[in-house]
Amino acid sequence: MEQVLFRHNKPGRPVTFAEYRAEGGFAALKKALTEMSPDDVQQTVIDSGMRGRGGAGFPTGKKWSFVPRDLHGPRYLICNCDEMEPGTYKDRVLLENNPYSLVEGMILAGYAIGVHHAFIFIRRGYETPAANLRQAIEEAKAAGFLGENILGSGFSMELDIHLSAGRYICGEETALMNALEGRRANPRAKPPFPAVKGLWQGPTVVNNVETIANVPYIIAQGPSWFKGLARIPEASGMKLFCISGHVRNTVCVELPLGMTLGEILEGPCGGMAAGKKFKACIPGGASTPYLTEEHFNLPMDFDAVAKAGSRLGTGGIVVFDTNTCMVGATLNLIQFFAHESCGWCTPCREGLPFVREVLTRLEAGNGVAEDIDILREHVKFLSYAFCALAPGAMGPVEGLLRLFDDEIREHISKKKCPFKS
Amino acid sequence: MIPEKLKKELEARVASAITPREAAVDVMKEVQNHYGWLTDEGVVEAAEILGLSPLQVEELATFYEMIYRRPVGKKVIKICDSISCWTMGDEELMAHLVKRLGVEPGGTTTDGMFTLLPCSCLGNCGNAPAMMVGENMYENLTQEKADEILEKEKMSP
Ligand SMILES: Cc1cc2nc3c(=O)[nH]c(=O)nc-3n(C[C@H](O)[C@H](O)[C@H](O)COP(=O)(O)O)c2cc1C
Ligand code: SF4
Ligand code: FES
Repeated sequence: MEQVLFRHNKPGRPVTFAEYRAEGGFAALKKALTEMSPDDVQQTVIDSGMRGRGGAGFPTGKKWSFVPRDLHGPRYLICNCDEMEPGTYKDRVLLENNPYSLVEGMILAGYAIGVHHAFIFIRRGYETPAANLRQAIEEAKAAGFLGENILGSGFSMELDIHLSAGRYICGEETALMNALEGRRANPRAKPPFPAVKGLWQGPTVVNNVETIANVPYIIAQGPSWFKGLARIPEASGMKLFCISGHVRNTVCVELPLGMTLGEILEGPCGGMAAGKKFKACIPGGASTPYLTEEHFNLPMDFDAVAKAGSRLGTGGIVVFDTNTCMVGATLNLIQFFAHESCGWCTPCREGLPFVREVLTRLEAGNGVAEDIDILREHVKFLSYAFCALAPGAMGPVEGLLRLFDDEIREHISKKKCPFKS
Repeated sequence: MIPEKLKKELEARVASAITPREAAVDVMKEVQNHYGWLTDEGVVEAAEILGLSPLQVEELATFYEMIYRRPVGKKVIKICDSISCWTMGDEELMAHLVKRLGVEPGGTTTDGMFTLLPCSCLGNCGNAPAMMVGENMYENLTQEKADEILEKEKMSP
């Protein structure tokens, strides 16, 4: 199968700068800076159909085009490598294998948007990705790909790394800007949108690691090639999927968008782990509603998964076997979100601990039928929160109510968790 | 008090930042490295270096998982309790370490060696359950494996 981001991978070590270049790396940068205007680069990304890989699937070229052309003063580009969504580890695997596509992509995106100072925001604990990126930035500088007057084009850009200290909300793009500025990382009100007023009040674009790392290939090989990589005509490109839970092989793989869930679980994952049977999975990180066996033929792409009532999210698939209690799984997920709530707004700060309490008593066998209504109400109420954390947190709860009503009711009627002896 | 050399280094870091605040997390981390945790004295020193008030530093310090505003042991054990690790038995692992170390989650062993903490996803979900001891990542853990790791970590500096 054709690989894009993973094409340079070497067994057990990161690709070197020399290897990356010998395999065609930085050719896209040369092409863009010598043959293309910033608008051309932007248009190519728009034509490619690239959608953001950070969870929301927003069209990348379109996001870039929102940055006003004629504003004076600095504008910024931030790469979001916060990756704290449980079940998600693709950006780490990518950067442990190859930091160069991201660095090249950052320069290309910076050129397209007119940015002279860009940042990569990295979560705590990602020391190896950070070290790889530092080295890649130094090598790119030494080769004249970063800094003043890149390749004689007149375009200049600096690229800095910012290490965080661990908090999930820092991945939300406006909270991330506060974090980078050294402020308490509560989200900001929108509007103004980051493209108009973001980091230090300048126009700002925030993109995920995987999104940006794809840009060099789109520029080098063209938008129709990129579109054609996907399995279905509605989708574009490849996607990194990182799988965990009860499958045989818990792998991080690059697959065409539009491959079905069943194909992913049977193919690269090698089916379920010995003695285990499939019950459900979350398709794209902790905030995405469950999918079940009836979704095995579902093409894994943004629109198709949304139509099935969930979200493609980050591509972090977590698989549960038939012995998994879905009330327990949902409680674990809500526990995470309640803990990571930044505390800024009441629906989330007060609502999530309350939902956790309700799920705790259901799981302990102390729940009553009204608890189901309470949960249902809170799926609605928490959509009034200030940012997307709280509605995301309720994704699994919504899925639980819709798909596993029987299981909840069994907890109530048996007055205990049916999965515990 | 932090050593003069560290202070100079941090002042240089702040001087090279776009705004002093931008370096706040770096400064807090380094001061914490010196004391083992971010002491009250450390908060005041970090604030001076950053040109902020101690309260402004406090507001940041209490936000982050990795900044400790209370004393911790020589090494912090962080056991991931997020969803992938949950499917692979993080609760049993935590229960085992609670028993073995004789501390509740959040507690520090009487010899001051380890503080035991649950933590959010470590980004190592394919190798669950995962934990960190100090700066070292450990994966695919079993109770036996965790025991061996703690013995080893006890011996190493
Ligand atoms: C609570 C929360 C956490 C998020 N964490 C991340 C993250 O770790 N990495 C990421 O790329 N996007 C994250 N996002 C999404 C970002 O806000 C933003 O949409 C994304 O970085 C845009 O990049 P893209 O357009 O390339 O997908 C998070 C969103 C929310 C609400
Ligand atoms: S929804 Fe939660 S995380 Fe988002 S602003 Fe409100 S309290 Fe903070
Ligand atoms: S869920 Fe434990 S490392 Fe991600």
